Amino acid sequence: MDLDPVLLSRFQFAFVVAFHFLFPAFTIGIASWLAVLEGLYLKTKRAEYRTLYKFWIKIFAVSFGVGVVTGIVMTYQFGTNWSGLTRAGGSILGPLLGYEVVTAFFLEAGFLGIMLFGWDKVPRIVHFGATAAVAVGTVISAFWILSANSFLHTPAGYEVADGALVPADWLAIVFSPSFPVRFFHTVAAAYLTTSFVIAGVSAWFLLRGRSVLESRQAFSMALWLITVLAPVQIFIGDQAGLEVRQNQPAKLAAIEAHWETSGDVPLILFAWPDQGGEKNDFVLEVPHLGSLILTHSWGGTVQGLKEFPATDRPPVAIVFWAFRVMVGLGFLMLGAALLSLWLRGVGRLYDSRWFHRFMLAMLPSGFVAVIAGWFTTEIGRQPWAVYGILRTADAVSPVSGGSVLLSLILFVLIYVILLGSAVYYIVKLVRIGPEAPEADREEVLKTPARPLSLPDESLEAGE
Amino acid sequence: MTPDAWTIATVLPLIWAAIAAAGVFMYVLMDGFDLGVGILFPWARTEEDRDLMMNSVAPIWDGNETWLVLGGVILLAVFPGAFSIILPALYLPLTFMVMALIFRGVAFEFRFKAHSSKGLWTVAFSGGSLFATFFQGVVLGTFVQGFPTSGGHYAGGSFHWVTPFSLMTGVALVLGYGLLGAGWLVMKTEGPLQAWARGATIRLLLGVLFFMAVVSLWVPFLDQTIAERWFTWPNIAYFAPVPILVAVFAWRLWLSLQRGSDYGPFLYTMALFVLGYTGLAISLWPKVVPPDLTIWDVAAPASSQLFLLIGVAFLIPLILVYTTYAYWVFRGKVRAGEGYDH
Repeated sequence: MDLDPVLLSRFQFAFVVAFHFLFPAFTIGIASWLAVLEGLYLKTKRAEYRTLYKFWIKIFAVSFGVGVVTGIVMTYQFGTNWSGLTRAGGSILGPLLGYEVVTAFFLEAGFLGIMLFGWDKVPRIVHFGATAAVAVGTVISAFWILSANSFLHTPAGYEVADGALVPADWLAIVFSPSFPVRFFHTVAAAYLTTSFVIAGVSAWFLLRGRSVLESRQAFSMALWLITVLAPVQIFIGDQAGLEVRQNQPAKLAAIEAHWETSGDVPLILFAWPDQGGEKNDFVLEVPHLGSLILTHSWGGTVQGLKEFPATDRPPVAIVFWAFRVMVGLGFLMLGAALLSLWLRGVGRLYDSRWFHRFMLAMLPSGFVAVIAGWFTTEIGRQPWAVYGILRTADAVSPVSGGSVLLSLILFVLIYVILLGSAVYYIVKLVRIGPEAPEADREEVLKTPARPLSLPDESLEAGE
Repeated sequence: MTPDAWTIATVLPLIWAAIAAAGVFMYVLMDGFDLGVGILFPWARTEEDRDLMMNSVAPIWDGNETWLVLGGVILLAVFPGAFSIILPALYLPLTFMVMALIFRGVAFEFRFKAHSSKGLWTVAFSGGSLFATFFQGVVLGTFVQGFPTSGGHYAGGSFHWVTPFSLMTGVALVLGYGLLGAGWLVMKTEGPLQAWARGATIRLLLGVLFFMAVVSLWVPFLDQTIAERWFTWPNIAYFAPVPILVAVFAWRLWLSLQRGSDYGPFLYTMALFVLGYTGLAISLWPKVVPPDLTIWDVAAPASSQLFLLIGVAFLIPLILVYTTYAYWVFRGKVRAGEGYDH
């Protein structure tokens, strides 16, 4: 049996990074949400902020734990599976990741314990400082990891010596051409993801008439952020499109499934791209609109896939569709923002059950959009590991296909267990709610050896 | 190769080797005791004791594990040539190690939230701690034995790491981390749990001394240059304090247990780890990919080393300050039902 370590390593990397990404996409926003809640509680002393803090920190703790352990996997993936990349690019990527560790990981880990377990052990203001440190740490972490990732997309500030990339200008490396827009796009996506989770969970409580005071507060706050960020994100996304057109034209052509270069391209809404036949089937398109969106001018020229050798083209169909999933969800999010504004205007935000059901249905939308966006950008970079410099096939480690297959199977098994358990415990935490019913509390107190973990409730008890 | 002259390009790898060695040692000590607590889990007397044991490390384990990430990333940034040989060579044991770390890491959160499934997460925590440690020991043993390379690439097979020596070091490290964990528990607990931890310390100390002796006798036979380094004059005089101090600290550890000291067992165990680590460093210096490649052979360009060094020089002291603060917040004996908001 001949197992291809390149393909298997790609599957494995895509799987472990996509899975990992779900958790920081959520914890970046939730850490900031907790810092805001605690800050408001310190300032106003209103109990609902404290109640909300105590509720969301439990969900944060579970998510953060999974994010940490799946993140450790990523550090080692680079070397175990992609030693061709680390050999060629380690002296550039390594220091960027090194800065992530010393500016972000230690900050988060150092203050996480105080945040989760120190409420009664440190002064209130110190505890708030710990929460804020963790929140800031998550954003710093995003800064460095996107800097490293953006270098793979738009390498800059490097020289080539002995077949390896060596740093020439660190400022140019850290702020590579695609970095600023990709950083803002990703952080905004993380905040949107969290906002839809908070709004969705709050909508669920409102539908059930539970913890109404807190849920209204949270629902309103999350929707305000969505109202600001959903349109801003569409603007940033548009800027990202301009950047991709300039720096990675083959990716843009794949996103739009354009095969021929032309000066008046339509916007393809639906198609079935045929990679081998170099054409699209079942096309539904709007004339002129492609040029307008992609170049911001009527008749702007867009390069087609046929300008690139077949071996330099990314897989078109998956990039095309992942992009449409992301954009479709982005506009659904904008719809949610506009609806919430209108409902606020007419004073019906808290008693429109149809809207609460809609927001509950939108709860996972951020996660789906983030993964779809990640697939668009990463698969769109193929066949390159470092765009235009190092092919993915040359980046792989000298490991056997059998070893990679074994690790891939184990990762899938373990991550299914992990995701199942995390979702199970988070759903249980949500069901218990911000204010645990008295019966639960008594049950908890009766439980021998009350564990000292963060959640006060023994979950299977009292359900 | 070793450098002929001291320039910035030859001094930087030296500085970084010291930082990397210190970082990895921080990891070994700090995650060592919290992994050790997990290793001791199956032998705990009661479920209440297990809760206390886990609580004694719950607020700090994440910070401890971050040193592992730092070690990996320094290797990538500063010695990318070594990273790109060692990690593929250790593909399976490293993969098994991170998988074990996944189970024990999430067990902290999940076990405390579980009720009927609590037993499963107890197994995940202790099994994860045990296997993560065992594979770390295997990685260490494989590292000491060296890697076959050709042209800067790993040239061995998928199972190069399976040797009697590496399996022995795997078991040895389980006992070593277990000893650290037992010492930590003597310091952090009281009453019957502390008495139990003292008993565990004595047994584990005997095991650790046995394996330190085995490693010390075995390593010189792995490589001629290692034997020459230890057993030629005047090195033998310079390095003689290492084994002598091992005996002295083991004896002091024993005494501290007899006297009922809270801090002695943990402190002297750490001292034993310092000595063991020093011994390995003496054997391997200046190799970063034994048996052939030195830190200078695989170092990144000076620009990379300098860029990260600036950050590390300012931030590691700061990290040590707030890490110390976090330990200080959770100082003293861990007690049931304490310190949590209800």
